Amino acid sequence: MEASKVIHAIYTDDDVLMSAVKKVKAEKHHIEEIYTPFPVHGLDKAMGLAPTRLAITAFLYGCVGITVAVTMMNFIMIEDWPQDIGGKPSFSYLENMPAFVPIMFELTVFFAAHLMVITFYLRSRMWPFKKAENPDPRTTDDHFLMEIAVHDNEESLTNLLKETGAVEINIVDNDEDAH
Amino acid sequence: MEYKISNRLRIGAIVLIVLGLFGVSYGFMDAHSVTEENITEFLANEDHHGASHAEEGHSDAHAEAKAHMEDGHGAADAHGAEHVNEDHGMSHEEHVLHQIHNRPWSALYVAAFFFFMIALGVLAFYAIQYAAQAGWSPVLFRVMEGITSYVLPGGIVVILIAFFAGDHIFIWMNPEVTDPNSVHYDALIDGKSGWLNKTWFIVRAVLFLAGWSVYRYFSRKFSVAQDQAESNDKRYFKKNFRISAAFLVFYIYTESMMSWDWIMSVDPHWFSTLFGWYVFASMFVSGITVIALITIYLKSKGLLEFVNDSHIHDLAKFMFGISVFWTYLWFSQFMLIWYSNIPEEVTYFITRIEDYNLPFFGMLVLNFIFPLLLLMNSDYKRIPWFVVMAGVVILCGHYIDIFNMIMPATVGDRWFIGIPEIGSILLFGGLFLLVVFTALGKYPLLAKGNPFIKESEHFHY
Repeated sequence: MEASKVIHAIYTDDDVLMSAVKKVKAEKHHIEEIYTPFPVHGLDKAMGLAPTRLAITAFLYGCVGITVAVTMMNFIMIEDWPQDIGGKPSFSYLENMPAFVPIMFELTVFFAAHLMVITFYLRSRMWPFKKAENPDPRTTDDHFLMEIAVHDNEESLTNLLKETGAVEINIVDNDEDAH
Repeated sequence: MEYKISNRLRIGAIVLIVLGLFGVSYGFMDAHSVTEENITEFLANEDHHGASHAEEGHSDAHAEAKAHMEDGHGAADAHGAEHVNEDHGMSHEEHVLHQIHNRPWSALYVAAFFFFMIALGVLAFYAIQYAAQAGWSPVLFRVMEGITSYVLPGGIVVILIAFFAGDHIFIWMNPEVTDPNSVHYDALIDGKSGWLNKTWFIVRAVLFLAGWSVYRYFSRKFSVAQDQAESNDKRYFKKNFRISAAFLVFYIYTESMMSWDWIMSVDPHWFSTLFGWYVFASMFVSGITVIALITIYLKSKGLLEFVNDSHIHDLAKFMFGISVFWTYLWFSQFMLIWYSNIPEEVTYFITRIEDYNLPFFGMLVLNFIFPLLLLMNSDYKRIPWFVVMAGVVILCGHYIDIFNMIMPATVGDRWFIGIPEIGSILLFGGLFLLVVFTALGKYPLLAKGNPFIKESEHFHY
């Protein structure tokens, strides 16, 4: 459910932000988003975000890569045209395998790395000419912004956030919001 | 935390040593039950029993000898004792007899070197931790120092075996191969005799071992002295830092030369330039694995409560990474030689692939596939029994690695992992446990004077 209004609480220190996150979570408010200029160690844990599965996808992409390499080299070098090139045994894949290992290795890494990066871009919706989703330009420099949806609890939420050390609290209509 | 070797562990280690001694003595007696008198009968019996040799037509000794000549140096190298060629005319019987007599010596040497190299690998790892001023590992320093206490006794045993085994392991130690008037004269070995001669071999071995032991002695001394020092007196730590950096330079040269001497020279007709690195990778990964195993053991006894699962995780990452590094070197050595297929180099692998197919490729599964799949997942690296399981596989794999380096040169196709081999493993395994756990009981298990100890205790990944 989209709320019509959100609160933007701005912090200037990552330690303050971390304790604020813990407090807001303890009060059972749902944090929509947090904008930081740099990775804050442990923030994902404090927010209770699920761990990433990017590494698992990379492993699977690697498996695809090695399959592509083996299939390709087996077809080209063994099945399609098994020429004698410098006395290398092209009777079966296994017999000539050491020569294919560098290709198998590189394609595994290539597939794992590139497909994982592309997966990352897709999952985090990043592409060229994408409109930046930044509610406040200062969050790319030295400010931290926590966004919480308002459900008729504007006042108590504002007070809670003030207590946590927010230097600035703005209430923003959702349609005015940058995204 | 104080630790004292428990009676159960000590008795267990002594039982292993005694069992091992029985196995080793049995190996020697069994080998020497075959002599020049009964070797013909022995081989005939073997053929009657339908051993694998029968089908290759071994009953005809001359056919066999001829086959060896045809595959050239490989056979000659593999068959250890003496060079087989037309001029020498060593009979098949004599040749097999040498292999049979070499086996208990080689079994002893492989196991002795395996446990020694674990301790030496740990010493290198320890020095790297000091020189890099690692923040995570100081809580493990006392465990490492305990393991490295085996460097000196283990090294002495290896040198003694090499000395007494002589040409049972190192054919170049036979004085006849460098004597131009002998039928056993080998011009290739004679050409290398400036380096490969018994006196110079022993002198080098003693120098290497002395260098490693001196570093080990002083680093242990400074590490313990730092515990007693005033809280802002870091003199001993700085000394340790300096000698560790110096040791690493000394180590990388001597380790390389040691691998030529103690391992590569069993095949004196063969050489490889990355061999030193390859042996290093093997000892490094086995050493790190043993650090992890002993840490997990002591932690399970409640003696290392300052070690958390992030430390285990880091060790497991090293086990994983160095296993892959070992594979990289193994493959680089194998593939370069396989690809160019130069006769004087490739025989090394031909004998191994033909006579040692299962151990040679099986160790790749143990040393690469297993650690790769078991230790890839970040969560699994924090589960002690998982790390123990992977560690046992890695250690078995690296024993077989050393087995594959020594045995083809000394016993050729007459290898088996039987009583002499297992007896030797028990003997040196027991000795290793006894020395290491006795040393672990000498000082508290936390190096509390180390300036990085607080960071290390709170290490969290």
